[in-house]
Amino acid sequence: MSDQVNTPGRTGACAEALLVARGLRKAFSGKTVLDGADLVVPRGALVCVLGKSGTGKSVLLKCVAGVLRPDAGEICFDGRTLPAGEGPERAAFRRRCSYLFQSNALFDSLSTLENVMLPLEQTTTMRRREITERARAVLRVLELDEFRERFPSQLSGGMQKRLALARALVTRPELVLFDEPTAGLDPLRRNAVFSMITRYQVELGFTAVVVTHDLEEALVAADRVALLDEGCMRFAGTPAEFRASADASVRAFRDSVEDLRADVAANRAHQPSRRAPHEPLEILPK
Amino acid sequence: MNSRKLETVVGAFVLLGLIAFATLALKIGAGSFVGGDTMVVHARFANAAGVNPGSQVVISGVTVGRVDAVRLNPADFSAVVDMRLRKDLKLSTDSMVSVKTSGLIGDKFLAIRPGADDELIAAGDTFTETESTVDIESLISRFAFGSVQKSDETAAPAPTSSPAKTSP
Amino acid sequence: MLQTLGHRTLGAVAELGDFALFTSRSFSAAVGAPRLGRRIVRAVYEQGVRCLPVVLIVGAFTGLVLGLQGYYVLARFGSEGLLGTLVSLTLTRELAPVLAALMVVGQAGSAIAAEIGIQRNSEQIDALETMGVDPRRYLVSPRLLVAVVVYPMHAAFFTLIGLVGGYLSGSVLLSLEGGIYWSSVMRAVGPEDVRECFIKAVVFGIVTMAICCHNGFNAHRRPGLTGARAVSASTTRAVVLSSIAVLATDYLITSALV
Repeated sequence: MSDQVNTPGRTGACAEALLVARGLRKAFSGKTVLDGADLVVPRGALVCVLGKSGTGKSVLLKCVAGVLRPDAGEICFDGRTLPAGEGPERAAFRRRCSYLFQSNALFDSLSTLENVMLPLEQTTTMRRREITERARAVLRVLELDEFRERFPSQLSGGMQKRLALARALVTRPELVLFDEPTAGLDPLRRNAVFSMITRYQVELGFTAVVVTHDLEEALVAADRVALLDEGCMRFAGTPAEFRASADASVRAFRDSVEDLRADVAANRAHQPSRRAPHEPLEILPK
Repeated sequence: MNSRKLETVVGAFVLLGLIAFATLALKIGAGSFVGGDTMVVHARFANAAGVNPGSQVVISGVTVGRVDAVRLNPADFSAVVDMRLRKDLKLSTDSMVSVKTSGLIGDKFLAIRPGADDELIAAGDTFTETESTVDIESLISRFAFGSVQKSDETAAPAPTSSPAKTSP
Repeated sequence: MLQTLGHRTLGAVAELGDFALFTSRSFSAAVGAPRLGRRIVRAVYEQGVRCLPVVLIVGAFTGLVLGLQGYYVLARFGSEGLLGTLVSLTLTRELAPVLAALMVVGQAGSAIAAEIGIQRNSEQIDALETMGVDPRRYLVSPRLLVAVVVYPMHAAFFTLIGLVGGYLSGSVLLSLEGGIYWSSVMRAVGPEDVRECFIKAVVFGIVTMAICCHNGFNAHRRPGLTGARAVSASTTRAVVLSSIAVLATDYLITSALV
């Protein structure tokens, strides 16, 4: 989408993309979750990271955001390699990047408005009135302004998600990392979330990385798709390439509905008795 | 709770806390602390047992100072007490300083009985007219064994204490 | 067995080091931190206002009991006049800072440990980090700063109400003359006693608040426990360790000052 945006003076793979992660490894008490995962996020793009549950998608995102510290690998942001520990460069990265937690991680003892104000209040020297104005502007865009005095626990699930998004966007980040923004939502709301992300991406001009397992929505909304399986990237490319790919794990993920259809048909063929409602005892173990 | 109410309650608490601070530190903790200008004078005792830094110095029952330090004079093994007194006191050099006890076993304090000399005491001077700690044990034993008259010399009361006071 | 002992020892030393680092970082994070005013107001509310009733009640009863017991013991020697000395010195030097600290730990420390533990559990602390907000500065620094001031205040409240309690039992219920009581109180307590009281209160405040925050902050590192159980275990541990720390440091300070 905007691979053309290129500042002179930068070289290598880091130059074209806003974010490049290379060879990320992370293990928890001996269990390897990430095994050399790579991720390239072009500037201005919407990248969807697909994968089964429990394949390390969230861990990948947390390593990028700095919530977790990867055991190995490097992360380049805007042409510069981020140091592993805390420091001014990490702090600068955090100012330009927002993270949307799967659990929203809203501050439950602060009101809706205070939740959105907090990042500005604690990281900038803006005046309180300015901060309030900007927070309310974001809340208005996300249709939450009338609920600004409520507490997160008094909001519905979808509103909480929007509030988390408002809090992530209020700092005007260049990069927003979404961890399963559609988990547990019905198909209509899933579509609404993706449409919201693409809409604000255009309006506010940020780059987005969305971790999800919603295949259809991802293939419609994303500029680029990556597939994570068993701790490494099995595929990275455009949605069209994803649809055409012959890779085994891509096919397993992409064609899972067909597989399910085949499985169901096979199961029913082997157990005709299940269709007879008046003979239930046969399926119980003896 | 809205933030204005919270701030009011917190403000009230802090104010109360400061008052409590001040009461404890200034009223109770230093109830007999000598304010204003002070001077340090000394008094030499044969026995200053029970007198400690912080012990009160009174004249006619009114607190006029506190004991700063109690030390030993290595020359003659007498006890030297440094007292911090109010500076405006016009005490003559022959004033009598005695160690007293409040109650039978209470705190020891120093009582000054003003003298009549024309010469006034100044900062750094030493009172020489003193009465030492009354040794209650020897007093009692003299009562108990009825030896007040016979053993007056051998019981050896503190040199500067007047025999008239210690005998009944 | 020997290996277990060594493992435990190393673990304890490592945690102590982590705790020291945590405390010093939280203090240094407070320097030049913008916009902690509201956090400080809230911290004064939770450590000060919320704890005031329990401190006053316990202080009053402590004074009443000291007055009663002291009176009967001193009456045996015919020196009831020393009741004020006994009550006031016991309160200022020992009971007020210790008991007030224990009450604040029970009321506010446990709540703070649980609150921070839940914030850790629901990723709120991670969220602060991704925003570039140092969670130690936002959650811990204000509480430590406030503890330095509020604990001595509670000790002062405790002493004053305890003295009134001693007066009530000694002079109102029993037959000691009120003037004798108060004059011996004034005479007994010197500046060095008040200083000892405040030094103890400040140290207890820093130590207990740091322990409570540290335990809540590391609720996710409880071995073998996760979720609500990790939070409850951290809260219990915070209160138990704080109480032990109060009494242990009390002994150390007393032996250093006396």
